[in-house]
Amino acid sequence: MTIMDFPTFMQQVVNSLSLGSLYALLAIGYTMVYGILRLINFAHGDIFMLGAYFAFYAITIFTLPWYLAFPVAIIFTVLFGIILERFAYRPLRNSPRIAIMISAIGASYLIENLGVMIFGGRPEAFPTIQLFNQIFSIGSVKVSGVSLLIPIVTLVVLLVLFYVINKTKTGMAMRAVSKDYEAARLMGVDVNTIITITFGIGSGLAAVGAILWGMKYPQLIPLMGLMPGLKCFIAAVIGGIGDVRGAVIGGFILGFGEIMLVAFIPDLSGYRDAFAFVVLILVLLIKPSGIMGKATVEKV
Amino acid sequence: MLTAIAIVIIGVLLFLANMFMDNYQLRILNLSGIYIILSLSMILINGFLGLFSLGHAGFMAIGAYTVALLTTPPMAKQMNYYLDPIVPWLAETEWSFLPAILLGGVLAAIAGFLIGAPVLRLRDDYLAIATLGFAEIIRIVFTNLQSVTNGSLGLKGLPEIEIEIPLPLIGFTLNLSACIWIAAIITILFMVRLVNGSYGKAFKAIREDEIAAEAMGINVFKHKLLAFVIASFFAGVGGAFLGNIMGTVDPLMFRFLLTYNIVLIVVFGGIGSLTGGVLAAIVITAAMELLRFLDSSFDMGPIAVSGIPGLRMVVFSLLLMFIIIFKPRGIMGVREFSWQWLIELPQSIKNSSFGRKKLRKDVSK
Repeated sequence: MTIMDFPTFMQQVVNSLSLGSLYALLAIGYTMVYGILRLINFAHGDIFMLGAYFAFYAITIFTLPWYLAFPVAIIFTVLFGIILERFAYRPLRNSPRIAIMISAIGASYLIENLGVMIFGGRPEAFPTIQLFNQIFSIGSVKVSGVSLLIPIVTLVVLLVLFYVINKTKTGMAMRAVSKDYEAARLMGVDVNTIITITFGIGSGLAAVGAILWGMKYPQLIPLMGLMPGLKCFIAAVIGGIGDVRGAVIGGFILGFGEIMLVAFIPDLSGYRDAFAFVVLILVLLIKPSGIMGKATVEKV
Repeated sequence: MLTAIAIVIIGVLLFLANMFMDNYQLRILNLSGIYIILSLSMILINGFLGLFSLGHAGFMAIGAYTVALLTTPPMAKQMNYYLDPIVPWLAETEWSFLPAILLGGVLAAIAGFLIGAPVLRLRDDYLAIATLGFAEIIRIVFTNLQSVTNGSLGLKGLPEIEIEIPLPLIGFTLNLSACIWIAAIITILFMVRLVNGSYGKAFKAIREDEIAAEAMGINVFKHKLLAFVIASFFAGVGGAFLGNIMGTVDPLMFRFLLTYNIVLIVVFGGIGSLTGGVLAAIVITAAMELLRFLDSSFDMGPIAVSGIPGLRMVVFSLLLMFIIIFKPRGIMGVREFSWQWLIELPQSIKNSSFGRKKLRKDVSK
């Protein structure tokens, strides 16, 4: 254990907050898709990667200012997520669950290889935006603008999302489909549209996460979505898969856990990536339905 | 009997291949053999038990590292460990290959037991993600055990596997290809026996309906664990060969992309068919190499097409996506090869074409 002074500690808290926010944004996409289709969307991490690259190219090649580049990148990512669902998942809607999961693995593999081919294997540096990279001092705590921006953006996005899910008709339909697919269809919900919207929202959140991620950790490689993707699925499982609040809680648990593990026990910093998996296995063994999930009993 | 003859024929063919093929072709042949071992080991759990496990890369890493650490001569080890000296109990070991490979498999099987015991109580996606998690943990531990595994630097300059058979009169040495293909054939025979025996019937019963199987008196958990341990053993052996054929072992090799590769081979062949697994392992390994021309530039008549690096993998993954979407049961489904089928083949072809002719006559009338 290292003993640290208060400013360093606060710095770590800010870092954990921003990492946790990023994980939460990505985890929501997993949990929403799983809630409706019972599918681990293995390609979600790769959609995240695409979001980051779209923003990167919008700024560097098309020389758009950031306030135009980011919305464009988000729109393209959303479109891509919808296309992915249309071509890789919809044809298998009525197949056994293993088939659709394998399709997800195949899609992930395809996007990664496309990424390597089109974007090249060399890492690219995400452009720095002066406005967000200033260093603020609050008392003796120094934080970069990005670290403050991430939790704020996440909070706003989450509020909008909760409004959509809880207060609008579309949100009600989404909840109905995730509760009971067949019954929702019988009640006149257009299930295909709802699934498209769900993929759109999930991909949009992934794109927001990717842009913020790019500003905080400005190194882009085509495989950058692999690890965050897996960890965020884990975050969704920890929180109770299918539950959006659970995904947010799970994301923050992982974010805080990882940063604090490295901060307090530097000897274990090599095991940082293992933290999520260890927590996952503990949760699965103790309470497989996750923190917010309700245990279901299978009837014969 | 027919099986024995077939094995002798395959043996002779491989012997000839070994004499007349160049190194590159031999390497493809060897890789096919390794992927046969790996895909059969995955089919056992994913196909016959219906458990979706994604932990293969971890077990392969255990096998690969065991063999690499035990068989590399002490001199080569010293060259490798320049950051952190190797732990003393490994520095001087130099085992022969056969015990090292077997130990690699056994250690992987032990890991399979330790992981399987808690994890196999989970279902479907949860099992997939938990096994994937364990495989990643194994890899991360290997990355961090600097003085044992040399961390992210990996081990280089591994000696090629060869096994001496010290018979009194005809003592001879089996080279790498021979070892791989003997292992592959043993794997095939073992899996066929296992799957057709009473254990195999129990596995299939569990796959079809777990609760019904339990009601019939099958100890579901015991059978799952058994299959998982067996599959881990073969994954360890396959990993040992794979590490050896590459000449280097490092943790990045054993990311879950490696597991994806095997999943895709298994899907191509048809989950639930050993024959499909064997065929797919050979076809996909060969196809991966044949598609290599896509990456480099080539001449198409007067037009020189400049290759796009990475196109090969894209074409490959596209092909696999098409198979998954349009033929989700793979090339074989759950059908198996049998001598009976082969003997009756000419007859059935005759029958079917005869039937077609008759049908055409009816239509023309």
